[in-house]
Amino acid sequence: MNSDLTSYLDLAPAIPELMLAIGAIVLLMVGVFTSSKNANQIVLGIAMSLLALAAIAAVALPADGVLFNGAFVQDAFARFMKVLVLIGSAFALAISVYSADEHRLNKFEYPVLVILATLGMLMMISANDLISLYVGLELQSLSLYVIAAFKRDSSKATEAGLKYFVLGALSSGMLLYGASMVYGFTGHTQLDEIARAISLGEPSLGLIVGLVFVMAGLAFKVSAVPFHMWTPDVYQGVPTPVTAFFASAPKVAAMALFVRVVFDAFEPISKDWQQIVIFVSIASMVLAAFAAIGQKNIKRLIAYSSIGHVGFALVGLSAGSQIGVEGVAVYMAIYLTMTLGLFACILALKNDEGYVENIDDLAGLAQSRPFVAAGMAIIMFSLIGLPPLAGFFAKWQVFLAAIEAQLFVLAVIGVLASAVSAFYYLRVIKVMYFDEVVHQFEESALALRLIIAISGFLIVTYYFTLGVPLTQWAQTAAGSLF
Amino acid sequence: MNIINNNILSILTFLPLVGVFFLLIVPGNDDLAKNNMRRIALATTLVTFVFSLVMWAMFDSTNPGFQFVQNHSWIGDDVIGYRMGVDGISILFIVLTGLLMPMCVLASWESVQNRVREYMVAFLILEFLMIGVFATLDLAMFYVFFEGGLIPMFLIIGIWGGKKRIQASYKFFFYTFIGSVLMLLAVMAMYWQAGTLDIAKLLQFEFSSESQYWLWLAFFASLAVKMPMWPFHRWLPEAHVEAPTAGSVILAAILLKMGGYGFLRFSLPMFPEASAYFSNFVFVLSIAAIIITSLVALVQEDIKKLIAYSSVAHMGYVTMGIFAGNMLGIQGAIFQMISHGIVSGALFLCVGVIYDRMHTRRIDAYGGLVERMPKYAFAFMVFTMANVGLPGTSGFVGEFLVLMGIFQVNTWVAFGAAFGVILSAGYALWLYRRVIFGVLEKENLKAILDMNPREMAVIVPLIILTIFFGFYPAPILDATAASVEQLVNQYQMSLGQIGVLADVAH
Repeated sequence: MNSDLTSYLDLAPAIPELMLAIGAIVLLMVGVFTSSKNANQIVLGIAMSLLALAAIAAVALPADGVLFNGAFVQDAFARFMKVLVLIGSAFALAISVYSADEHRLNKFEYPVLVILATLGMLMMISANDLISLYVGLELQSLSLYVIAAFKRDSSKATEAGLKYFVLGALSSGMLLYGASMVYGFTGHTQLDEIARAISLGEPSLGLIVGLVFVMAGLAFKVSAVPFHMWTPDVYQGVPTPVTAFFASAPKVAAMALFVRVVFDAFEPISKDWQQIVIFVSIASMVLAAFAAIGQKNIKRLIAYSSIGHVGFALVGLSAGSQIGVEGVAVYMAIYLTMTLGLFACILALKNDEGYVENIDDLAGLAQSRPFVAAGMAIIMFSLIGLPPLAGFFAKWQVFLAAIEAQLFVLAVIGVLASAVSAFYYLRVIKVMYFDEVVHQFEESALALRLIIAISGFLIVTYYFTLGVPLTQWAQTAAGSLF
Repeated sequence: MNIINNNILSILTFLPLVGVFFLLIVPGNDDLAKNNMRRIALATTLVTFVFSLVMWAMFDSTNPGFQFVQNHSWIGDDVIGYRMGVDGISILFIVLTGLLMPMCVLASWESVQNRVREYMVAFLILEFLMIGVFATLDLAMFYVFFEGGLIPMFLIIGIWGGKKRIQASYKFFFYTFIGSVLMLLAVMAMYWQAGTLDIAKLLQFEFSSESQYWLWLAFFASLAVKMPMWPFHRWLPEAHVEAPTAGSVILAAILLKMGGYGFLRFSLPMFPEASAYFSNFVFVLSIAAIIITSLVALVQEDIKKLIAYSSVAHMGYVTMGIFAGNMLGIQGAIFQMISHGIVSGALFLCVGVIYDRMHTRRIDAYGGLVERMPKYAFAFMVFTMANVGLPGTSGFVGEFLVLMGIFQVNTWVAFGAAFGVILSAGYALWLYRRVIFGVLEKENLKAILDMNPREMAVIVPLIILTIFFGFYPAPILDATAASVEQLVNQYQMSLGQIGVLADVAH
């Protein structure tokens, strides 16, 4: 087969990926050959600017198209999701700076691994072939396994890393098995070719089995019920800055992959995958809403909350329409904003015993640290989905799609689950605002407060600031898939 | 003048946020700073009130349509947009909000000492959201304002409330939230059916009859909780009792009216067929509310709880009047809502006066107050009489109009509702006797002081309004007449069409 690359200019659509790939190698060299003690800080700084540059490249460079014999596609949807992933990774690195020493993240390999994981995510988002999809997914996952166990002397972190690895490998195996079935029954690995092959005749049972396994693998990666079990343990076990990273960028990338696979490859059998998505969505929303009520650890709480939010995002996907994809895109963007702000709040709270872990330790925060408490309360109200905050508009978009698709039962269960989930978000607010002060916390870094301020500002003023551009961009992004 | 004329609703809505901004930048947390915060909040609410009066003055009461309309699209033409406008049904609620907010700030002047900044910010944000509910002409934005009010009210009850404040705030939140999310889905379904969220356009749209019933029920789930109608009222007594005085005033006077406003704005005109179908159901619940909660009020030992239950009973008249679907009933319901806003707000303020002194709300902790507090006894008497519905007070006009309206529709419903008048006299006068009359024998009451000038400034205007509207209800009835007439005509016409269609079908 001849390559479709005849000049370097043809590589233009893949520039963000190339930047990260070359950058990661160069950064490794920089890390190794810099003798100074703060090599890790130099690498961290370069890594953050590299991610920012890649994000700018993803927005600004106009080149769209299919590359590498159909294995890689760059379109408006990929652009949108890539920018989210890059922003997520960059901010996750930024909020890790001030606590790198406590969390043993002060080695130069950490930023490099984050860059490699991000590269894997970009490849996932742009994957147009089952093979490149798997390669991107594994690059991401392997980097994440290492990051999870990065704090080597902590038994919790290594346990989390091991758990993540075993279950992640299992899910990759399932995905691979499903992919082989799909290939076996359609004869293609390229997504659009698969769709064409399916639409030619009646879908065979083997194909459906393959679809189910592929979707199970993907559900693992977005941590949707019933494949969510790893999430709370991993979120709790790994250092908090790593949790921030896990909860943000990989979720967005996996969701983008989910959307692309079901729409590009399995569009002709949408009735079949819609059933699965609806089930997964309902199960995620309901289980997360009830399971989170009993949690005492704030990171476990966030883990269940993220499971629930994946369920809400999947409501948009289960509509199986363009407006549904638009909803997913908007939802992930808002989810990212809220998650990063939330972790900035948590990392801004430190006392003699270390960083805050239990919800009860937040008691009286509104009096001891009013700014952080206000930021956290805004984010919690937004996570509930109360207007006029951003979280409401996220839910508005996905449920609007579900109602259009006449999925009334799903919508009713979804909004009632969101009412149940309000209970545990309100508990955090109750502890912060209604209870008396227990712990005093140290003053936090300016940059963290800045991130909290940005996140809070965008959430509160979403209607006036972020809303219009984000929705319009998401519209274009969703349009490119149809 | 033109700029103000065109933007008056936006000015009104966003003015409180200007106050919030100033509150946030006031430095310090000492007594001086706290006083400054109170003054800022008072000034903001007073200016907002003046603007609401200006709007009322500029309002053309002969025009039944929406006035001061602003219409800016947000994304696309018919999706969520920034639309504002008032008609005769909504304008008075904005004025009522404007009137009561300065009083709430004054009532909290001394009783709230901790976290003054947050307190005033919460109240001003609440005012912003409440005015927004009545001023917006976009269905999604209505939901945004309607539901957004949960955030500040949850915090007000939970932070500055009484002993069982946490349970009360949670109950308040969940009752309202669960009902509202169902309304949210109905809003979306309406959008897909009508293709717009513009309330003015939706009022012209005819929803298919099979969907009307579901949409009506979804709206009912939210509005009946907010109203609250029996048996969805369980959150209300607790929320009223535990909330600080100003919080109770806002809850009773404004937040409950959102339910009635929603029925008038959405259920009746947009789903006429379903409204007619469910009207008997509403009547039954209304009578149940009037009789059962009045009986419950009789046995209360807590003053605030008694007034809270009487609120539920009075709201029974409102729902009944609205679903009577005729001019008298709806006019009466709106009048009753405004009057109840003034009277129940004033009653809660009166309770606040003695609570600030004695720190108890138990009825048996009082008695014989008339000996030490003659001015207070007079004020409390006026509002008690208005609560009973004595002719000459504003409470009478609303109840009388509603009863007349309902009598034309269903005599038995009117018969049942009339018991409420008797029972309300029972619990209200008995409350008055136990608190104000009797012998002043409790030691700690002997040194109690009468109302100070600040409290007089809050109470006296409300006394004047209560009696003024009792003798001269025309300002309110005139403002609402044209819009209500249009609403009633449309409602009867769409019912008539169905009747004709049904006849043809037979």
